[in-house]
Amino acid sequence: MSISPLRSAATHDREPVVRVRGFTRRFGDTVVLKDLDLDIAPGEFVALLGRSGSGKTTLLRTLAGLDPAPGQDVVTPAARAVVFQDARLLPWKRVWRNVALGLKGKDVRARAEAALGEVGLDHRLDVWPATLSGGESQRVSLARALIREPGLLLLDEPFAALDALTRLRMHELVLSLWRKHAPAVLLVTHDVDEAIALADRVLVLDHGQIAAEEVIALPRPREADAAFQAVRQRLLGHLGVQNLRPVAQEGALISFPSGEVVA
Amino acid sequence: MSLSTAARKPIELRLPRLSISNARWLSPVLLLLLWELGSRTGVIPPRILAAPSTVIGALWELTISGELPSNLLVSLARASVGLAIGVVAGTALALIAGLSRAGETAVDPLMQIKRTIPSLALTPLFIVWFGIGEAPKITLIAVATVFPIYLNLFSGIRGVDVRLVEAARSFGLSPAQQITQVILPGALPSFLVGLRYSMGVALLVLVVAEQINASAGLGHLINNARDFMRTDIIVVCLLVYALLGLTADLIVRTVEQRALAWRPALIKS
Ligand SMILES: Nc1ncnc2c1ncn2[C@@H]1O[C@H](COP(=O)(O)OP(=O)(O)OP(=O)(O)O)[C@@H](O)[C@H]1O
Ligand SMILES: [Mg+2]
Repeated sequence: MSISPLRSAATHDREPVVRVRGFTRRFGDTVVLKDLDLDIAPGEFVALLGRSGSGKTTLLRTLAGLDPAPGQDVVTPAARAVVFQDARLLPWKRVWRNVALGLKGKDVRARAEAALGEVGLDHRLDVWPATLSGGESQRVSLARALIREPGLLLLDEPFAALDALTRLRMHELVLSLWRKHAPAVLLVTHDVDEAIALADRVLVLDHGQIAAEEVIALPRPREADAAFQAVRQRLLGHLGVQNLRPVAQEGALISFPSGEVVA
Repeated sequence: MSLSTAARKPIELRLPRLSISNARWLSPVLLLLLWELGSRTGVIPPRILAAPSTVIGALWELTISGELPSNLLVSLARASVGLAIGVVAGTALALIAGLSRAGETAVDPLMQIKRTIPSLALTPLFIVWFGIGEAPKITLIAVATVFPIYLNLFSGIRGVDVRLVEAARSFGLSPAQQITQVILPGALPSFLVGLRYSMGVALLVLVVAEQINASAGLGHLINNARDFMRTDIIVVCLLVYALLGLTADLIVRTVEQRALAWRPALIKS
């Protein structure tokens, strides 16, 4: 692993799918994002860390096209899909109809079934969302995003509300789906360990800009070993959290999410 | 071990529960018996209140003669036509006001002004305008039922979770699709609450509107009975009004159970 200089966007030789230059976003008088640059390569898994209120969701919403950015230099693929922290399934549509939301054609049910199969929920096609557990809802939400074959998958703290074990399973699921469909991913998270476990590159958002970047070159699945700890310490340093003793021991079954930044 | 635990389990003897304290039917039945007793002994004279047995007799007679069914049908038609007009108008106004700011600015102040005037107070005006036929009765019911629908549907539309609308937008649904697939289904529970209110209001206004010189309908039946001091027929009509209210409630409940099957509270049943 290495710390690459800022804005070099690691080592991409291909055209980036996401290209943001000099992006500024203000709410009234408060400037949330200021002159921000960001590149994401096709198929790259990027995690975005930052303290609460640093503008992570604001950036993600801009990339999702949910907030308009008139006159700004923001390039994203046409096919984008968002997984929100709260699954946001329509409670009055059965699970498969939620997955197929907005899709047309005769085979939508079959496609929805296939997508739900990929997240292990093809047996719950016809149930109401209200009967799903939190983890199942998030898996449906993932299926709904992936059925659109997005070039850019935007995840806004999708696992934050899940328990530690479910979260680990979701990590594996997201990684396997990412390998299969190869979208570029932007994962917003509070959890430093989660970011290191999943991403090719971890960005730290601070003062409206990408303040730091860590390329994670560790092979997956990633153990909480010395190299992991070194990255973790550096990222925590970037986040302004110092002198945290490494809690997760090497070979521990569950690395407890003590790396969560609570601000 | 499994045997011993099974043996230790107390055997439940399910005796029929005859606890007096749980019998909710007891006091009404007691009241009926007292009423009948009072009538038979002459404590309650028939021109004050007919005996329950006499009421049942009157009900039977009126049904056989066809007098009750035909008048009931007239009343039912009045209430349904008025309610239908009120519901359609209330829904249209709520959609206009709920789905756009300009619509809200145009419609909502008028509806709030309308709310301050009790609908029944408009009766004299409607009689002047429409005479004493069916028109003032139906108009009165329609005007009175608009507001419950409007108010509930409007707040239902505005109360739809914006995050769901946003999610739908992020998945490429057009504004029209967002309305039909997210906003309207989300507002349906509120609409049904409004519908239930409106049905109650329609019945209430029906009773009053039918006092306007009706030549047919339950109100006509009551007015005639009043003139001949037939308290038994009056009570029969009251029973029918109550039955109408219960039926209206049952209809909305059934619709709710089918249309809102997705709601967590209703899923179990
Ligand atoms: N619609 C809005 N109107 C006004 N201010 C806003 C709006 N949306 C966000 N903000 C402000 O912008 C800042 C960044 O918000 P944002 O939601 O992007 O933070 P975040 O990094 O996602 O935080 P968290 O980790 O808590 O989710 C906050 O100070 C917030 O108050
Ligand atoms: Mg956020």
